[in-house]
Amino acid sequence: MYLAKIYVTYKPSILDPQGEVIKAALQRMDYAGVEQVAQGKYFEVKLHAKDVDTATAEVESFTDALLINQNTETYRFDLSLVEDEVNA
Amino acid sequence: MKAAVISFPGSNCDFDMLYALQDFGVDAQIVSAKENDLTGFDAIFLPGGFSYGDYLRTGAIARFSPIMSAVTQAANDGKLIVGICNGFQILTEAGLLPGQLLVNATPGFICDEVPLRIANPQTAFTNAYDPAETMMIPIAHGEGNYFADDATLAKLEENQQVVFRYEENPNGSAHDIAGIMNEQGNVFGMMPHPERAVDAVTGNIDGQNFFKSILSGILARA
Repeated sequence: MYLAKIYVTYKPSILDPQGEVIKAALQRMDYAGVEQVAQGKYFEVKLHAKDVDTATAEVESFTDALLINQNTETYRFDLSLVEDEVNA
Repeated sequence: MKAAVISFPGSNCDFDMLYALQDFGVDAQIVSAKENDLTGFDAIFLPGGFSYGDYLRTGAIARFSPIMSAVTQAANDGKLIVGICNGFQILTEAGLLPGQLLVNATPGFICDEVPLRIANPQTAFTNAYDPAETMMIPIAHGEGNYFADDATLAKLEENQQVVFRYEENPNGSAHDIAGIMNEQGNVFGMMPHPERAVDAVTGNIDGQNFFKSILSGILARA
């Protein structure tokens, strides 16, 4: 089984108002060095696939179809082989 | 005219829409998002609310519910499809309208009544309004900030697909956009709630002409 760790962020051109609010709060908390905050989404998806290429293609397909909105979001992901959970 | 109001899990303006349509004599009924057939309806309304808890993104899960293939089919058949608030968000996620509704420019839920003006008076949704009129329509949303890339915005303007604009932009929407339609003019979405402004008992009837416009359009086609 494969584990995909998928990181979704806004495209650089998109204003991220939540990130801006968090940044302002951090600066108010005297974290003077904070220059930029981007708020994104993180998914862990476990999936069965016959090989890494198939798994990669599937992750790309469902991320484009559902996990992101391609108008504003982009993503990257890491894929690793994990042991199947033992079914009792 | 037979109208369907789609009820998604988490819709909460479905009955407001149903009652508003019935007030205008429309033969309207609630149709569950689990259904998959909308033949027999002349117009489809996607109401406001928080479909599927707004999980992932507003409208992102609803867009894959069984009824949406029938909505897409109805849109392709040229039937009127109207999305209000969450319904607008669902239509953009489904790709039936361009763009996306993002978190308000100043994050937070806005519950207010705002002035709108008509950007295109020659539509199935505005023909009963005086084009110069400013109307007050309720808004209630956290993700109403209309976004589309520059090319899409230019195309919307060029084709006069912008239907309503905010007079005082409450949420950061590009081009002050409050409502748009597709190129064919039969699929429409807006964030404000005209169905909440039809009964004098609520103190606001500025939404009445929205429904009168739809009715006159449907009758003209028949």
